[in-house]
Amino acid sequence: MLTILFDGIAYGMLLFVLACGLAVTLGLMNFVNLAHGAFAMAGGYVTAVLMNRIGVPFLATLPLAFIVPAILGLVLERTLYKRLYSRSHLDQVLFSIGLVFMAVAAVDYSFGSQQQLIQLPTWLQGRIDILGVQVGLYRSFIIVICGALVVALQLILTKTRFGSRLRAAVDDPRVARGLGINVSLIFATTFAFGSGLAGLGGALGAEILGLDPTFPLKFMIYFLIVVTVGGTTSITGPFLASLLLGIADVAGKYYVPSVGAFVIYTLMIVVLVLRPQGLFERAR
Amino acid sequence: MSTNIADHVRATLVRRGRWGIGEILFWLIAAATLYFLPERHLILNEIVIIGLFALSLDLILGYAGIVSLGHAAFFGLGAYTAGILARDGIADPLLGLGAAAIAAALLGFVTSFLVLRGSDLTKLMVTLGVALVLGEIANQASWLTGGADGLQGIAMGPILGLFEFDIFGTTAYGYSLTVTFLLFILARRIVVSPYGLSLRSIRDNPLKARAVGIPVNRRLVAVYTLAAAYAGIAGALLAQTTQFVSLDVLAFHRSADVMLVLVIGGVGYLYGGLIGAIVFKVLQDVISAWTPQYWQFWIGLILVIIVLAGRERLTERVRVLWKGVAGRTAKSPETLPKTSAREV
Repeated sequence: MLTILFDGIAYGMLLFVLACGLAVTLGLMNFVNLAHGAFAMAGGYVTAVLMNRIGVPFLATLPLAFIVPAILGLVLERTLYKRLYSRSHLDQVLFSIGLVFMAVAAVDYSFGSQQQLIQLPTWLQGRIDILGVQVGLYRSFIIVICGALVVALQLILTKTRFGSRLRAAVDDPRVARGLGINVSLIFATTFAFGSGLAGLGGALGAEILGLDPTFPLKFMIYFLIVVTVGGTTSITGPFLASLLLGIADVAGKYYVPSVGAFVIYTLMIVVLVLRPQGLFERAR
Repeated sequence: MSTNIADHVRATLVRRGRWGIGEILFWLIAAATLYFLPERHLILNEIVIIGLFALSLDLILGYAGIVSLGHAAFFGLGAYTAGILARDGIADPLLGLGAAAIAAALLGFVTSFLVLRGSDLTKLMVTLGVALVLGEIANQASWLTGGADGLQGIAMGPILGLFEFDIFGTTAYGYSLTVTFLLFILARRIVVSPYGLSLRSIRDNPLKARAVGIPVNRRLVAVYTLAAAYAGIAGALLAQTTQFVSLDVLAFHRSADVMLVLVIGGVGYLYGGLIGAIVFKVLQDVISAWTPQYWQFWIGLILVIIVLAGRERLTERVRVLWKGVAGRTAKSPETLPKTSAREV
């Protein structure tokens, strides 16, 4: 029981790191980016390739799993995404689906369609017993890293100048621009950072979520659930939503495997119908 | 003055309702392929079905402005309804078609209330969620649907008791083409009716539409239900003519593909879906013959390029071309400003 809760929390934290970049894209520029998972996949593959082909240790690959997708995100944002901010949602959806298709096929072409397996270092394998609860070492590692990230993000968002600019831009981009805040620069930075976080999440999650070329399609719905259910104005909304989702998913798979993902999708629909702005959004 | 405008609108609608030469040619050519391209009937059948599916998406996306990522829900429901009926001994195709349409329309009616609220994103998520839930149900209820193995053992009776399905797909193609044509006529009638006009005004500006007294929600529910029924029929056609249904009919890529088809052909005019289906299928055929495993890459690239190049401009160009072909009827001067070219 507690083990499931623990696994659920680890899973939820992972989802949050994966999805929080999307929250900014959606909240800040109102851009429906279905291709967010592609950046996560990029991070996962950076780790997998570095470890399996060159033999770089797991921890050392993580910074690269952050940097490569971040640069990728920055380049794509400046060249392509930027042109689509003012377009209709349909255009954005089509564009990002196109990107996903390309990413899936390109990864399939370069690395093959099989699952990428990564060998965790031995000190992260196995389980230990804490107060009678079976706790996976790797999952605790994920919780520690993601927890630190969450705290850091929250601090950046609330304590720094950049954070307050970002919040201003999310709340009202036009007024923020009028006050002399360079919204487009902020957005590019945040987009790159969000892509990097997604990549890091992909690398950390390669062991738990699995990693193959269809990753962006498989988890697209999860990222979107986190963001739409959590709302986009704060970091706590998506965070709580991803914890809920993670725990519900793990518990659901454990207790009622026959119902499967059914419960989650139904819950999402119910939440969205009752609260179209998200579960934790204050009413405008 | 008001009667004047009413007269004018009536005249415009009547003029739009007239069949152009190009349109008649289009359908004549389609009918002619029944005799002239016998070896292509299997793929033509697929094209017609995708075309009908895209047409149904166009009804809600192009005319009512509802962005849906889960239109495959209705397609799949129709396919499974028709398939299950046929497996359990009710082999009459038309009966299956009717049942599929009713089932899909019911689901459409119920779920339409969910998409009335919220932003584009919420609609997107809700439609996607509905499709995923259905997919999950079809996957789990394997006693009914065959689960991941697909629905097997579909045996169709002859259409109207006269035409047996053959292995070359000629009957199938003729059947799908006829059904699509009839539904197309109905859709065409609908979009040039005052009702269709009110839909377009809702798409362009829901707030104003409500202010001039259009019952927005009721209109949207109606068109969503109708589009669902259309999609259900398309799914049923696929199930009956291929005599197989798999979970694939409910998959996400179905919904994405049909959107792509519609976008290639052009959103917001009825031939968009049909033309898009032809282009899409030919493209898919050519690309997958060239690089079978990675054709999705090129489809994705095309999608990205279309969007970047400006979807509306492309559509406008096609439409201008179309007008040129469709005859000189469009030449009469229009005094009222046309509805804006913005699609969604």
